[in-house]
Amino acid sequence: MNDQVQEQNKYRLHCMLCAGTACVSMKSLRLKEVLEEELKKHDLDKEVAVVLTGCNGFCAVGPIMTVMPDGIFYHSLTEEIIPHLVEEHFLKGRPVKKLMFTPPEEEEVVPKMSDIDFFSRQTLVALRNRGLIDPEQIDEYIARDGYKALAKALSEMTPEDIIEEIKKSGLRGRGGGGFPTGRKWEFCKNAPGDVKYIICNCDEGDPGAYMDRSIVEADPHAVLEGMAIGARAIGANEAYVYIRAEYPLAMKRLMLAIESAKEYGLLGDNIFGTDFCFDVNICHGAGAFVCGEETSLIASIEGRPPEPRQRPPFPAQSGLWGKPTNINNVETWANVPSIINRGADWFAGMGTETSKGTKVFSLVGKIANTGLIEVPMGITLREIIFEIGGGIPNGKKFKAVQTGGPSGGCIPASLLDLPIDYESLNEVGSMMGSGGMIVMDEDTCMVDVAKYFIDFCVDESCGKCSTCRDGSKVLLDILERICHGEGKEEDLDLLEELSAAIKDGSMCGLGQTLPNPVLSTMKYFKDEYLAHIRDKKCPAGVCKALIQYCIDPEKCTGCTLCMRRCPSSAIVGEKKQPHKILLDKCTKCGICRDVCKFDCIIVE
Amino acid sequence: MAKLSIHDLDRISERVKRTTLLREGAGRAKITVHMGTCGIAAGARKIMNTLMDEIAERNITDVILTSSGCAGLCSREPMATVEIKGEAPVKYVDLTTDKIKRIFEEHVLGGKIVEEYALARGSERMS
Ligand SMILES: Cc1cc2nc3c(=O)[nH]c(=O)nc-3n(C[C@H](O)[C@H](O)[C@H](O)COP(=O)(O)O)c2cc1C
Repeated sequence: MNDQVQEQNKYRLHCMLCAGTACVSMKSLRLKEVLEEELKKHDLDKEVAVVLTGCNGFCAVGPIMTVMPDGIFYHSLTEEIIPHLVEEHFLKGRPVKKLMFTPPEEEEVVPKMSDIDFFSRQTLVALRNRGLIDPEQIDEYIARDGYKALAKALSEMTPEDIIEEIKKSGLRGRGGGGFPTGRKWEFCKNAPGDVKYIICNCDEGDPGAYMDRSIVEADPHAVLEGMAIGARAIGANEAYVYIRAEYPLAMKRLMLAIESAKEYGLLGDNIFGTDFCFDVNICHGAGAFVCGEETSLIASIEGRPPEPRQRPPFPAQSGLWGKPTNINNVETWANVPSIINRGADWFAGMGTETSKGTKVFSLVGKIANTGLIEVPMGITLREIIFEIGGGIPNGKKFKAVQTGGPSGGCIPASLLDLPIDYESLNEVGSMMGSGGMIVMDEDTCMVDVAKYFIDFCVDESCGKCSTCRDGSKVLLDILERICHGEGKEEDLDLLEELSAAIKDGSMCGLGQTLPNPVLSTMKYFKDEYLAHIRDKKCPAGVCKALIQYCIDPEKCTGCTLCMRRCPSSAIVGEKKQPHKILLDKCTKCGICRDVCKFDCIIVE
Repeated sequence: MAKLSIHDLDRISERVKRTTLLREGAGRAKITVHMGTCGIAAGARKIMNTLMDEIAERNITDVILTSSGCAGLCSREPMATVEIKGEAPVKYVDLTTDKIKRIFEEHVLGGKIVEEYALARGSERMS
């Protein structure tokens, strides 16, 4: 029992200050110091505790602090405002309205976190402790039923019982493939061999995704406990967490968690006095996207170049150092303790026919409430984007949402009411992937989007299969031509044929899914491809070769702002007279459009 | 550090319980001390400190203590509102440390309203 937790029992208010990566980058650690200084000044430091938590999820409005027990939610905090906040709220008991959240398009503030749509519509399982505990205090995890599931698994359940429970829950892998977790464990348990391994995949290479980082930062013990339960079920005694080197905070918290679990005997030999022994090692990722693929990840842990290999044999048969190995994603592991504690039926009560429980998504792009959310499977895209996400900012129209990471697909507005699960997303040409969601508005060119993702995959292909290595380059060439106005109608057929060949001829999931962004944008936004090819126009006004900037002479007031800001001196005109853009000098950088206060820059 | 037994998990939970309940905003009872400028001037701080001491000394885990602004009845400060879960809030006025100790004992812990110090039951809604 550590003193810090004992001390905390005395406080009447707890300021749960977010110390996830996003808020830390907005100086939330400095805020803690200032808060504590101010509290001391008013003699409140024995009454009000400041607690650093993992990522709260509402990253768009950081730094974030929730004051418990009342649940008052403060956002966009600055050092300067802290003295006022301490005096008003903590001394005088008057919560500060101007620091509370006002939903987009509304005027009234919503004081309580539990009443804000962004939070109230979420269901937390993998993230159940986020914002509620200090992730660096094991006692706080224990106080929220932490390690109870492990105790139950070790004292009341056989390994077969554990596997049966996970199978019954319907839990499927959250790292991309969606393979049923219980069955995977069973394969590994039944594989012959005395030495078996557990791996936690925290490589998280999808651009814009940070689900796994956030789980590890907010609740590292949940992942460790899940792994220990899995190890018991399978008959493994040693595990590796493969974690991206770019995640220093997650890594630090994980290391601390392992240390304190060891001190308590929750890791190590004879856990809870049983014959179960379990140790966890940390392994730093090698940095490439393909490292997240299970066979290359295993190669990387063994010190070989991270390249995928042919399966079978599957890792469950021959994995790390040739031993049976079970690999699951961070989020998959984090779900396990709750399933054991609350039962398979509870978990299976959430979600759809084929996909049970909840899923964590990172919501980024053209969306008001950027952040990290956990929602039941079967929720519609519309609910996620418009109710939780607060819609599209600046009055723009929704155009598409890209799900499933770089090799996922783009889903158009006509499918917004799609209840999402593994199957429904596949059917519409996208996938669940690890849960990235990138929202695009009307100013996004879908050909350009396809090009962006293919470009990513060209860089990240490990080069082993020629379909993936060379095929992706050809896809990119064609897309670049189309964006330059040099596309031909036959290119569309070629894109389709080539995509099919890449899918068929590649060994790992990277090649097998990489054409998705091309195929889905061609399916739902064919008009846009045709406009580029036939009319040599980019309807969204993005592809530079196909657009021109000019000034609407009716609207221009001759304020000279754009002229002064233009980096290539391409704008001319007299004060109070309509200005003109010199097309031969214009580099189409768009700065004039951004600075114009009268909305008179036209892109055609 | 000795290794934990399964029983130790409950022991730790119990010790951190007050913290957990507070974080979850869930307590059996909630006491709000009104700490506007008027309240503070009239001695609300002493009331708050007394309550904090009572809670710490008796190792109470399920009572939440918060403050709020002026309750609008400055002449009767210091004031506090006691809310037992599932019951209407009760406002107490003209408090002293002895009075609040009695209220804590009889109402918060014992469940019986101390009528002689109470102003009114019920509470206006927060807008
Ligand atoms: C190119 C590629 C990248 C991948 N990256 C990740 C990743 O970053 N994190 C992850 O958990 N799984 C990733 N996977 C999926 C893993 O191969 C594996 O299926 C997963 O870790 C299994 O865990 P699960 O069943 O719990 O989802 C990737 C797969 C491919 C083909």
